Amino acid sequence: MFRNNYDNDSVTYSPTGRLFQVEYALEAIKQGSAAVGLVSKSHVVLAALKRNAEELGSYQKKIIKIDDHMGVALAGLAPDARVLSNFLRKQAMSSKMIYNRPLSTSKAVLSIADKAQENTQSYGSRPYGVGLLIAGYDETGAHLYEFQPSGSVLEYYGAAIGARSQAGRTYLERNLDTILETDSVEELIVHGLNALRDTLSQDVELTFKNTSVSVVGKDSDFKIYDDEEVQQWLDKLDSVSNARNRAGDDDADDNNENQETTEETTTTTEAATTEEASNDDNANEATDAPAEDRMETDE
Amino acid sequence: MNHDPFHWGRPSQETYGGYNYNIANASNHQQESQLDNFPKVHSQQPIITGTSVVSLKFKHGIIMAADNLGSYGSLLRFNNLERLIKVGSQTVVGISGDISDLQQIERILHELEIEQEIYDSDGGHHLRAPHVHEYLSKILYNRRTKMDPLWNAVIVGGFNDDGTPFLKYIDLLGVTYTSSTLATGFGSHLAVPLLRQLIPNDIDYENIEEDEARKVLENCMRVLFYRDARASDKYSLVTIKSESNEGESTPKKLSYNHETELKVEGQSWKFAKDISGYGSKQL
Repeated sequence: MFRNNYDNDSVTYSPTGRLFQVEYALEAIKQGSAAVGLVSKSHVVLAALKRNAEELGSYQKKIIKIDDHMGVALAGLAPDARVLSNFLRKQAMSSKMIYNRPLSTSKAVLSIADKAQENTQSYGSRPYGVGLLIAGYDETGAHLYEFQPSGSVLEYYGAAIGARSQAGRTYLERNLDTILETDSVEELIVHGLNALRDTLSQDVELTFKNTSVSVVGKDSDFKIYDDEEVQQWLDKLDSVSNARNRAGDDDADDNNENQETTEETTTTTEAATTEEASNDDNANEATDAPAEDRMETDE
Repeated sequence: MNHDPFHWGRPSQETYGGYNYNIANASNHQQESQLDNFPKVHSQQPIITGTSVVSLKFKHGIIMAADNLGSYGSLLRFNNLERLIKVGSQTVVGISGDISDLQQIERILHELEIEQEIYDSDGGHHLRAPHVHEYLSKILYNRRTKMDPLWNAVIVGGFNDDGTPFLKYIDLLGVTYTSSTLATGFGSHLAVPLLRQLIPNDIDYENIEEDEARKVLENCMRVLFYRDARASDKYSLVTIKSESNEGESTPKKLSYNHETELKVEGQSWKFAKDISGYGSKQL
């Protein structure tokens, strides 16, 4: 039997200096559907792919408004994101109430970073299992931050988190120059949706049901486009399916109905990770991350 | 048995003699006499006081003055107090009223500055006068709600988020109001009319140059020294202005100038020899 002895709590280091509970939390983000964010000089756009648990169920909300000038997109455990976003809302209201001033984006992310970090070194707690992209516009301009359960926070021009987010990141990297220079919000949204589209698995398309978009920036309050409202942006795309799967994909339209279910199965198989990791006999199959330590410690 | 409500159940003194409070340490008699149990007292009145703060807006900024006197009742007890406090890089807070409460506010503002300007600061997001004012008004209102006010009247001066001059008042009740000409205490009776000769309507400050504003303010300090028995002729003056050339839209450079130990100039006490008794002479 192989067991990892160093992942029982979040305060114990492995002999190689790793905190497995924190790494598992980072894996939990990858289980969630993708969210991308990108900034121009004056605006920040978030785009996210929503999942529904079953065909008859509603879609999980992916973008949460914090204040008129700030919002977050999440990937991972949605309940954890709710806790964090409610905390951010409180911070934003306090700032308005006490200082008559909107909460700055950097102060906001650092405040949840402090909360997350505390969980990585207090016994009996677990790290948050969610990653956030925080979009905000304040007196120092448009900002996009990525928040991780490890407590690390970094600012980005473009970022993507969640399942198959690497494809979205690649798109953003390739188009960084045009994205940074653009003055058009519409163009920024289209780039965001293109990046999101690249994270799609086979037989899934962007539809107004599974796509969420938000914009915030100069002279425009944080606005979420959902459901029917998002169609106007989807109409501006050359295609709503992933370019890699597009070749010879004639029956793409027919799959509209089952796409959600297929998407879910593919993601779960692809990232068969932390859930099984908790059933300890299957621990080998868990993330590749701990493998090295397990070898070392279990012999 | 003793039937006094406060000593109920104890052996009566007539029969058993005085009660020994040290028995089994059961007594709270000693504690009662200790200072800890002295009732908590809220502020009923100011003790050491500072008199008026006077201020006005002008074209490119604000100007504020307050003398350096701390009075203990009618005794002019301290003559070296600074009542104009700098917060952040471009805000001044002028405080009149109780001096110990002034010092408390000074500590609070210093803490605020560290928290907002230094901790987790990524640059930008500077603390400006409206933020300081809102924060102070919350503090003063909170204290009056506890029936334990900070016994002060405060004027906050600086710039709005859009770069226009900002001037706003708060007092011990949590009352706030704004105007282009503001003064606290005696100054609100004696100085404000003089200031309003220069700036009749709120918007008129836009036509006032710095030297005009300063001249009127100096005159106010003189009149206050003549008429306010709690005022001194030694005062401090703060000028905050944005230095921008006409018609330029480039970011303005702000300057904060704090002058201390200024003297009320051009005093004339000739009128004093004719004064006898209180009030005007009864014919």
